[in-house]
Amino acid sequence: MNGLIDIQQLSVSEIDELIGVAEDIIANPEKYSQKLKGKKIATLFYEPSTRTRLSFESAMLELGGSVIGFSDSDSSSASKGESVADTVRVISCFADIIAMRHPKEGAPLVADMYATVPVINAGDGGHYHPTQTLADLLTIKREKGRLTDMTVGLCGDLKFGRTVHSLLGAMSRYSGVDFILISPEELKIPESVKTDILDRRGSSYVETASLTEAMPKLDILYMTRIQRERFASEDDYQRLKDSYILTADKLKDAKEDMRILHPLPRVNEISVDVDSDPRACYFKQVLNGKFIRMALILKLLGVK
Amino acid sequence: MTIDAITNGVVIDHIPAGKAMELYRVLGLEDMDCEVAIIKNATSGKMGKKDIIKISSVIDLDFDILGYISSEITVNIIKDGKTVEKRHPELPQTLKNVIFCHNPRCITSIEQELSHVFTLTDPENKVYRCIYCDTRA
Repeated sequence: MNGLIDIQQLSVSEIDELIGVAEDIIANPEKYSQKLKGKKIATLFYEPSTRTRLSFESAMLELGGSVIGFSDSDSSSASKGESVADTVRVISCFADIIAMRHPKEGAPLVADMYATVPVINAGDGGHYHPTQTLADLLTIKREKGRLTDMTVGLCGDLKFGRTVHSLLGAMSRYSGVDFILISPEELKIPESVKTDILDRRGSSYVETASLTEAMPKLDILYMTRIQRERFASEDDYQRLKDSYILTADKLKDAKEDMRILHPLPRVNEISVDVDSDPRACYFKQVLNGKFIRMALILKLLGVK
Repeated sequence: MTIDAITNGVVIDHIPAGKAMELYRVLGLEDMDCEVAIIKNATSGKMGKKDIIKISSVIDLDFDILGYISSEITVNIIKDGKTVEKRHPELPQTLKNVIFCHNPRCITSIEQELSHVFTLTDPENKVYRCIYCDTRA
């Protein structure tokens, strides 16, 4: 495998190395501004995801490279029935690296098997989104100065939330990290995530339905969206949704140095009155996403 | 019930009862010209009941498939009426086009030419997952 499909491919030292490069980019942007002059990234987005696509494109442009690609499958050969394998074999002739978003799970893995250039998974359905997790990790590192010895609360849809599963997979490899899993009964973390990730790594975790009770213990609060369609009935949704909406009032018991993350887009799960709180980091997370993608592109292209 | 002993061929013994037809299908035995006997629910001291397949030709078997069906299986190679080799298949690391992914969100659901590949992720519990979407077999 040449690219990055799943965050689990990266060792802790590789993640730390990427974070180190990203921090150096932040401190010395001019040093990196021409690193990839003459190189091209192809952003192959089979479904729209404006933020992720623009993040990859900005990352490449800030490294002095350029961008080709498409932003929905209607404007690609996929609409004529071309396979992912054939598409990436062709694109490999034009670009030095590929970032792919696809609605089907595993499509970027197929791309990586057939492309002759590295492929970065920019999200495959509800499956993996490794650069989101890298952005989360860089944000936590920059805000807390470490990735070890902290209590991380994950709140909302823990059943279907891929960003939550990925972050658990990554953070559980650092020592001294305890998790508080905050969700309604209907959206609890899947058993397979508990057995395959948390139990296997001996991570400490508790499950609770109460965000308010968990709040004072948290160093990081990772919010996710609870979608109406995840509930059996509208009544259940209406009954539960307010418990998992973060408001300025609910933050009164939180630590002063707690940090709030959210993969975005936000709908209503974080009230806008939280945005001005210094603990809110979700827009910084977007910026960090660009920096860590810059570090990843450099690594995959073997440029220091 | 008596089935003649074979002179040259393969006897797949200790197949868990009820699995012989599945094995017959996945090994592609229906495409063979030689005689194939399927014995179901034979009495077994070790297993209680077992299935047996006898093939009257020495053929190459896919031991990965056999191992996936059951690691209890014994393969006896018979030459000139004598057992010249006994083999026990092991749980394979990878299965290609033996089992199929039924996840409608998997890339294999829309790209028919892709091989369906599963890897062993938990040997203790014999858990295989699709390499593309991680769905459990």
